[in-house]
Amino acid sequence: MIIGVEHYLTVAAILFAIGVFGIIVNRKNVIVILMSVELMLLAVNLNLVAFSGHLGDLVGQIFTMLILTVAAAEAAIGLAILVAYYRNRRSISVDDINSLKG
Amino acid sequence: MTVALFFYMFAAFLLISALLVVSVRNPVHAALFLILAFFNGSGLFLLAGAEFLSMLLLIVYVGAVMVLFLFVVMMLDIDTSELRASMATYLPTGLAVSLVLVAELIMVFSAWISAPDALKLRAAPMPAGVSNTEALGRVLYTNYVYYFEMAGLILLVAMIGAIVLSLHHRKDVRRQKPAEQSARRRKEASKLVDVKPGEGLSS
Repeated sequence: MIIGVEHYLTVAAILFAIGVFGIIVNRKNVIVILMSVELMLLAVNLNLVAFSGHLGDLVGQIFTMLILTVAAAEAAIGLAILVAYYRNRRSISVDDINSLKG
Repeated sequence: MTVALFFYMFAAFLLISALLVVSVRNPVHAALFLILAFFNGSGLFLLAGAEFLSMLLLIVYVGAVMVLFLFVVMMLDIDTSELRASMATYLPTGLAVSLVLVAELIMVFSAWISAPDALKLRAAPMPAGVSNTEALGRVLYTNYVYYFEMAGLILLVAMIGAIVLSLHHRKDVRRQKPAEQSARRRKEASKLVDVKPGEGLSS
């Protein structure tokens, strides 16, 4: 049995949908929302790597590396904002994060 | 056959652990399952032929980003029961959206074939007889060096931003000031008093 690019695409699609599901279901927990974003980025990376292997083109892997960089930066900044917010409010519930609403 | 076996194993563990990430109650367990998901994702990268990225995912993601997640989750004292209370109310919406999404995505590429001249459009075809890491390095440091530097800049901005956001000086904590300590001279701290015998020290 040969594993083609469609197999990878199916896995990545399901993984992306799980990420979306996690964001919708965990509406209050910012940490799990950040983890769901990481899952979605992993799904995108899986797509790029699968196409890169399928077409024999290295650019997909380079873009994957850049996405990994941006994802790491996003996680670091997001968690820093979370720590600063928790220090001020003693809570990370999304419902409480509305002070910019005016 | 072995490749198919490993593919299905990695894919199954990846999807199961991803589902557990979004559904377990304890955020620490969610972070640990995310680590498992990244391990299996790196196995899939390896099967797809991206050896360097697979190791990068393990070292950078599991080694650095997930440990950061774990630190933050353990540092914040979160009341998880209250946070998870809304899960049942949003469950139908989440299921509907994600099922529609996965059905649409699968429909998109089930009828998909690559164009016959797609192979001519490749920007950086994999050279034969060169390892993945070396080929990636050659392409990255020649054609995509500006992207590489931009990535470094993004990481620098993220680092400075994280430091600025999370650094704060607590007013209620006494800190050691080494500069003041070493700048202190004997004259400021003590004086020599000539005490007459029998009179004592009267000040």
